[in-house]
Parts: sequence; C-alpha cells; structure tokens
Amino acid sequence: MFGALAPDGAWSVSAVNRRAKAAVEGTLEPMWVEGDMTGLKDFGGNLYFSLRDSQAQIRCVMFRDDARRLPATPTEGMKVYAFGRATIYEKRGEFQLNVAKMMSTEAGGLFRIAFEKARAALAKDGVFDRPRKPLPRYPRWIAVVTSVDGAALRDIMAVAGARWPVAQIAVIDTRVQGDGAVDEVVRALQTITKLTKVDVAIVGRGGGSKEDLQVFNEERVARAVAAVPVPVISAVGHEIDVTLCDLVADHRAATPSAAAEMATPDRDEVMSDLGHLGVRLAQGLAGRVQRMEERVGRTGDRLVSAVERRLEVVSYQLSVASGRLDALSPLGTLARGFAVPRDGTGRVLRRAADFYPGDPFVLRVVDGSVNARVEKN
Amino acid sequence: MPAAPDFGKELERLEAIVRQLETPDIDLDQALKLFEEGVERLRAARDRLGAAQAKVKQVLADHAGTLKVDDLDG
Repeated sequence: MFGALAPDGAWSVSAVNRRAKAAVEGTLEPMWVEGDMTGLKDFGGNLYFSLRDSQAQIRCVMFRDDARRLPATPTEGMKVYAFGRATIYEKRGEFQLNVAKMMSTEAGGLFRIAFEKARAALAKDGVFDRPRKPLPRYPRWIAVVTSVDGAALRDIMAVAGARWPVAQIAVIDTRVQGDGAVDEVVRALQTITKLTKVDVAIVGRGGGSKEDLQVFNEERVARAVAAVPVPVISAVGHEIDVTLCDLVADHRAATPSAAAEMATPDRDEVMSDLGHLGVRLAQGLAGRVQRMEERVGRTGDRLVSAVERRLEVVSYQLSVASGRLDALSPLGTLARGFAVPRDGTGRVLRRAADFYPGDPFVLRVVDGSVNARVEKN
Repeated sequence: MPAAPDFGKELERLEAIVRQLETPDIDLDQALKLFEEGVERLRAARDRLGAAQAKVKQVLADHAGTLKVDDLDG
C-alpha cells in the first residue's frame, strides 16, 4: 500500500472506501460478537440495528435471506450473539457488521419468543380450547406424517404391526427439519383430509435438538394439526420440550413408538375378548334350551312331542355348533380346566418369572374371572 | 385405499347378539339363529385377526395433485 503524499496525487473518495473495505475484510475474520440490540429497523425484511456495550457501538445489517431464518425478530435492548463479517459500506464509508446468524444470549432465546408469540395467537383463536377427538378403539387406516427415512416411521411400523396388524399404515412423506419442512408438513397434514378411510393420524419425528423441533413449534403447523378431521397423536420425540404441535394435537405421545401403542389395541386382548363373547354365546343358548327342557319335563304331555322333536334337532345343532365353538381356542382349553393368568394391564403371564411374590393377578377360567395373588416365598 | 375390516362394528354386532341371546324369554328359533350367526361371526373375526398382516403404503401426489397410494419400498 502507498499513501498520497501530495495534493496532486489525491485519491478519489470511492478509492479510499474501496481500499478501506478491502483492508477491513482482509484483516478481520468473520466472528461472533456479543452486544445489546439497539435502534432496530426493518426495511423490506432487511434488519438494520446497532450492537453496543458500555463503551462503544457498531452498526449492523442482517439481510433478508438470513433474517428470515430467525425464529423471531429480536427486541430492542435484547442481549444477542451475532455472527458476521466486518466491512465498510462503500457508499457511505461506514464501518459495519454484516450479520449472518443471530441468537439471544438467554436460554431458549429467540425460540422462546417465537413460541410464546405463536401460542398467544393460537390461544386467541381458541385453537387450544376445541374438544379433543377420542381415539378409535379398532383403527383401520393409520396415517403417519413423518420422513420415510426416519427412525420414527420404523418404530411406528414395528409397534403397530405387532399389536394390531389389522390396520394399514398410510405414510405421507415429509421433511421434518430444514428449509421447506414447514410447508411440507402443513401440506401432508392437509392431505389426510382427502384420505377418507383414515381414522387416526400420527405426526412426528424421532428425538432432536431444540432447533430440530422448530418445525413443530410453527404456528402454521399447529393450525394444520388442529384442522385434521380425525384424531391426531403428536409424537415429537422429546421428553422435556413440549411443542405447539403437542399442545394442539388431540393426544400427545413421548415417542413415535408410544404413539403407535396409543393408536392400536392389542391383538391378543381382542382375541381374548372374542373368546369371552363365545362363552357368553354358548351359555346364552344353553340357558334357553335348559328352560325348554324343564318345561317339557314338567308337563309330561304327549302334545309336546312336537316340541321334543324340535328340541332333539336343537340339541343336535347345538352340539355341532359347540364343536365349532370349541375350536375357538382358548375356550376349549379353558373348558378342560386350564386357566389364563393376566396382570393388571391385561398382559398374559406365561412364565414363572412373570410372577412376583405378593403381586395380584387375574385368573381367567371358563365361566368368568377370579382375582388372585402370588404367595410369598 | 382398500377397505380394512371394521372390528369396532363387528364386536358391536357380536355384543348385541349375546345380549339378545341372554334375554330370558327369547324365541327358541330366534335364539338358534342368533347363536349360529354369532358363532359364524366369531370364527370369521378370529380368522381375520389371526391372518392379519400389516401393510404400509405411501401416499403420493402426482404433479396434478391427484393422490395415489403405493406400496412402500423397502
């Protein structure tokens, strides 16, 4: 570099600014800066502000393409971390920081602000007050809004497939984080409306960082969840943070697996319910036939021979039907004197190791249930 | 999307059959008919439940926005 040491070698203003810009950009690496937000102005999405501490301040600009990635607009006086490149704005010869990223120094920061703002807007429209739709007991089609490549879908398929393979699963593939994810999730949720056979929906993803869950904190996503005509289970895999999607959904599950379990009955239990209905069916008819036999026995009248003949036919039919009924395991097994022990949740206790001393359990026998308890050793 | 069996309706019907069968003064022919229907429905329900195999489909929209349902690959 060389200076202009005499007036006849004077530089133009533009040249000075251009050289100053090159000098600043060549010397100062991009950096994180901590300071208080002041004088914030928004011009067409570009944010202009200054950062300052007790001694000094620096002018900053955050251009639209970067600013729109912020979860919320910072507020005046907020302490922030800004990442940017120092430069000279040539036209004005002003030293400034071109900010690419910004976050609040406080825990939760801008995400918290965005969350509260969206929550207030949803509350104002009564989105949280609408009645929650109950889950169907025996779902036929389960819609799943998530990434086809994610762990969430694999978990849901495994659990729902094992518990209730009667149900078919309709996956609506969507990105769950990054640019465009919000639009995709909203569109996927709207698609459920057109799938008229679907009777329950699961929306979510496997666990992720706070930033990864941002999509499920978007007001538009929350509104789309509320607009789904069938019950929705929110399964955004995060134990600690409750998302707006969780708050708006009809039901919330801690994980995608838990959502699949919530959405489905257990096939073994339904089998056992069917068995119970079979027992009542047989007992119902047996009771009716017994009353008929008693009446015939009482009168001893030759005139009832017609009824007797009818009864023989009925007895035959009953034995045939009962034979078929016996095939409805576990009824036949129970009738032979076996019993099925279950714990309080209905789970079948199959092995000695399933019984803990002092634990209560229920013994299912051919004509009802018996409450029992494991003896202490 | 293919229809899947509606177990809710099926169990409701079975429940109704059993309740009717348990009414003391039900006509014998009627009782037999209900019993037969009940046994048949129970058997069918158990068969379906035993044979059920979960299927996973992917919902896809073409460029015109028409939805179709495909088997999920992999």
